[in-house]
Amino acid sequence: MKHIGKQTIQFDNPPTILETASIVGPKEGQGPLAKYFDQCLEDEFWGEKTWEKAESKIIKETVNSVISKSGISADSIDYCFAGDLLNQCISSSFGLREINIPFFGIFGACSTFVESLCLGSVFIDAKAAKNVLCATSSHFCSAEKQFRFPLELGNQRPPSSQWTVTGSGAAIVSASGTGPYITSITPGKIIDMGIKDANNMGAAMAPAALDTLITHLQDTGRKPSYYDMIVTGDLGYIGKDIVTELAETKGYNIKNNYNDCGVLIFDKEKQDTHSGGSGCACIGTTFSGYFFKQLKQGKLKRILLIATGALTNATSSQQGESIPGIAHAIAIEN
Amino acid sequence: MDFIQSIDWMGILKCFVVGGIICVIGQILIDKTKLTPARILVIYVTTGAILGGLGIYKYLIDFAGAGATVPLLGFGANLAKGAMQEVQKAGLLGAFTGGVKASAGGIAAAVFFGYLASLIAKPKIKKQ
Amino acid sequence: MKPIETKQEYSNYVDQKSPNSPIWKNCLNAFWVGGLICTIGQFIMNFCKYQGLDETASSTVVSIVLIAISAILTGLNIFNKIGKFAGAGSLIPITGFANSIVSPAIEYKSEGYVMGVGGKMFTVAGPVLVFGISSSVIIGILAILFGAGA
Repeated sequence: MKHIGKQTIQFDNPPTILETASIVGPKEGQGPLAKYFDQCLEDEFWGEKTWEKAESKIIKETVNSVISKSGISADSIDYCFAGDLLNQCISSSFGLREINIPFFGIFGACSTFVESLCLGSVFIDAKAAKNVLCATSSHFCSAEKQFRFPLELGNQRPPSSQWTVTGSGAAIVSASGTGPYITSITPGKIIDMGIKDANNMGAAMAPAALDTLITHLQDTGRKPSYYDMIVTGDLGYIGKDIVTELAETKGYNIKNNYNDCGVLIFDKEKQDTHSGGSGCACIGTTFSGYFFKQLKQGKLKRILLIATGALTNATSSQQGESIPGIAHAIAIEN
Repeated sequence: MDFIQSIDWMGILKCFVVGGIICVIGQILIDKTKLTPARILVIYVTTGAILGGLGIYKYLIDFAGAGATVPLLGFGANLAKGAMQEVQKAGLLGAFTGGVKASAGGIAAAVFFGYLASLIAKPKIKKQ
Repeated sequence: MKPIETKQEYSNYVDQKSPNSPIWKNCLNAFWVGGLICTIGQFIMNFCKYQGLDETASSTVVSIVLIAISAILTGLNIFNKIGKFAGAGSLIPITGFANSIVSPAIEYKSEGYVMGVGGKMFTVAGPVLVFGISSSVIIGILAILFGAGA
């Protein structure tokens, strides 16, 4: 592999995404992408006593599912990269504590899924591993409890707020396989444009997505039209709009081939999700469920997947800090 | 039936309108500022205590009854009224005991029913 | 459109991009729900007085009954729906205070009845008591200093 341009790594032997799996909650199961997910749960607790346990179970079962779908044994997976939104990433570590695969717990807020794919593919191309597992999860209820208010509180959600996706996405990246291939990655910088409104995460993260997108295009010398689809993680309607407009001011027209998982996963009008979906599982499940199948079937040939994260917590927002954003990109080609 | 006949319907109307207006002011604060619900409640209770302390709020209570006492402004005014009344009886000690004494029923009810509800209820997701 | 470089430009741009709350609709809902809750309070008040209770006792009964109703509705997962519809209409009356105590009590049940329910019960409503009670103490002291009082 080699470093090109400012931030991009290009792979000599591009790793394959061997298989993906996704499990989502009931609300996502009523959304427009429902038929693409492996499993849609009936209830958010899934038989568990707490939201946290439910989220751990979701990531655990998603990982079990991706392993059995891939046809390779758990023993032949060398490393696992996983993370989530709960404090100290407990969903991942509790969910995967019995899996017996060397584990890297990572945190990139909602950018975690692509961060894990970045790290996994570097491991593969460096021949440090043959197969790696990448997984992430989020849960509406555990996220509300940790970041916002108790669920029973009778408050109104402002129109710019987003709905945390309940679910988990997992992928196995492998040294050998028939594609789709991860051809290059562009890890992003932390960008903070001073947005403080925790109910407007899309606006807080959009500048990071834009920066990573433009850096990727410059580093690789590509035009936006090189990709069939440019996909961001969870910017929602407001963030998507901002990225589209600001890209144009910088001379990049992405109007025709750009979309956002937060926009795709819910039906804004019917499901009352305001500015769209968010959370680690937003891009995790939408990629694993929808985009991976589109790539596998050849309906899409080249996509640029940009996961976005808001690097904030409840304490920092109470202390009046602004919200730093981050975005990591991977190019996936057939 | 005597109870129904004893109702002052004009008083009910005043109560409805004043209570409604006090809530609309809160709604404008929610929509036009980034204040959290907790901050808005604090603003209301403190404002109520000040208006009560200045002796202004009791005119609104005379006018609108529960329309003025049920909103959190009334809770604040009641705290202030309690402290001021107790000061007359017990001096400085009254400043410390009066407020809580006057609103003890509400506070104890909230704590008690809160605990009770937690024993019975299970958290549920918002459907929307 | 010109490229955005500074935080200030971006902040202005985001304000203009972000949709506003439907304030007229919200205010209308807050008005009639808030008014209705106060009216229910007034009926309870009238009934207490009719039964021979004095002003202060009636007022306390109103608070306790409205708080109990809010606790039940919160536990039944109904209050959050009312709150979503009415906003300040259910927040500003004493019902909102009750809801803000009951909702964390239910949510943090999973952390146990002592530190979960007991400890987290006031995470939202605690400031109301802190500022309300402190204000009353200050007002009591001022009443002594200036010889005023009820």
